[in-house]
Amino acid sequence: MIGTARAILRKDLAIEWRTKESVPAMALFVVVVYVLFHFGLNRDSLDGELASGVLWVTLLLAAIIGVTRLFAAEREQGGIDGLLLAPVDRTALFVAKATGMFLYLVALEVVAVPVFGVLLLGPALSGAFPELLPILLAADLGLAAVGALVSALASESNARELVVPLLLLPLLVPLLIAAASATEPLLRQTPVAEDLGRWLVFLAGYDLLFCLIALAVFDFLLDD
Amino acid sequence: MPEPAIELRALERRYGERVALSGVTVSVPAGETLAVLGPNGAGKTTLLRILAALLRPHGGSARVLGNTLPGEAWRSRGRVGYLGHAPLLYRELSGRENLRYHARLHGVGADRVEEQLTAVGMQRRADSPVRELSRGMVQRLAAARATLHAPDLLLLDEPRAGLDPAAAELLEPLVGRQSGRTRVLVTHDVEGGLAEADVALGLKDGRQVFAAAGIDAEEARGLYG
Repeated sequence: MIGTARAILRKDLAIEWRTKESVPAMALFVVVVYVLFHFGLNRDSLDGELASGVLWVTLLLAAIIGVTRLFAAEREQGGIDGLLLAPVDRTALFVAKATGMFLYLVALEVVAVPVFGVLLLGPALSGAFPELLPILLAADLGLAAVGALVSALASESNARELVVPLLLLPLLVPLLIAAASATEPLLRQTPVAEDLGRWLVFLAGYDLLFCLIALAVFDFLLDD
Repeated sequence: MPEPAIELRALERRYGERVALSGVTVSVPAGETLAVLGPNGAGKTTLLRILAALLRPHGGSARVLGNTLPGEAWRSRGRVGYLGHAPLLYRELSGRENLRYHARLHGVGADRVEEQLTAVGMQRRADSPVRELSRGMVQRLAAARATLHAPDLLLLDEPRAGLDPAAAELLEPLVGRQSGRTRVLVTHDVEGGLAEADVALGLKDGRQVFAAAGIDAEEARGLYG
């Protein structure tokens, strides 16, 4: 299963590297949104709850772009049929797609977080590190698992651009609450790591739950 | 007596209310060729996708390579080669990358990929992205992909579509009678299909019109009237 997942992931990363359809679009989206917030809020800098909310809502909305495209090549170029014809564990497809989405999100945040720091954040971004890193990684993991599941579910729909956000965003509400709540104290004028452990445990539970759900139902999603 | 490679009894498939296939009953011994004839919308591709375990039958029974579909489909996976309308190749990857990807899925070595590229005459263009290739070249690669894992059963939907005569000749050992495999050949070329077939299945509006050996071309052309 791991070998199959690695083959699918390698293929997906090669296609993304050549088409640049997902990560650059997501990155451009967050930069534009942060610029809009910069001018729209008519404030030089944000901190605390508002900063945390703006950071996370923008990241989640950007993730929709990646989730919508996650199964595009499989759907448009017959990749699912190719996989179903092979004697492989179909769960490998979920593992590969979720890992790919996780990597896209990490790449996105390498751009998005510094841009957020420069354009919107009042306190120095360095004050939020290194505590922000585990929050980002734990949230990315959950987002990748839910994203791969939703993307597979929506891939057979002709209206997947509509179906993906309608299914994805409600499922991400607990993740948003946890990630934003964990991040908020780190973005105060005087950063503190308040309740960080509690929120990380919550995020880990969320990640585990959705990974297990995806592993349990993914096989059926690919069935006729 | 050995079990037939394909054994269909009163096979049915619907899309919502629309009946796509109904009452299809046919048996194909191992190593023989079944030609499936019929006008557009007759259910030929649906039949092929059921045999490939890409669609579930909604009625009747289907046994492929000794396994009942859909319950035992996993056993025949990897023993079926499917060459349909879509080449199942990624446009941004080269022919070689596509074949290597499918080779990994089927647990086939990289040397087999080079063999297949040679067999379909695509070594020189093997590193070009599929999107830059002509339709005929893509079809040659698709044939290489479908036969990469030396399947026992070949499901072929117009396998010579887009091929010039030389390319069609080149693919004969892979997908033609010479392959020695059990084949299901969907085609609109009535004479060509019947010439290749041991058994012919005629479909019209999802219903079986005939399923027998020795069907003559005039009777088969009646499907298109």
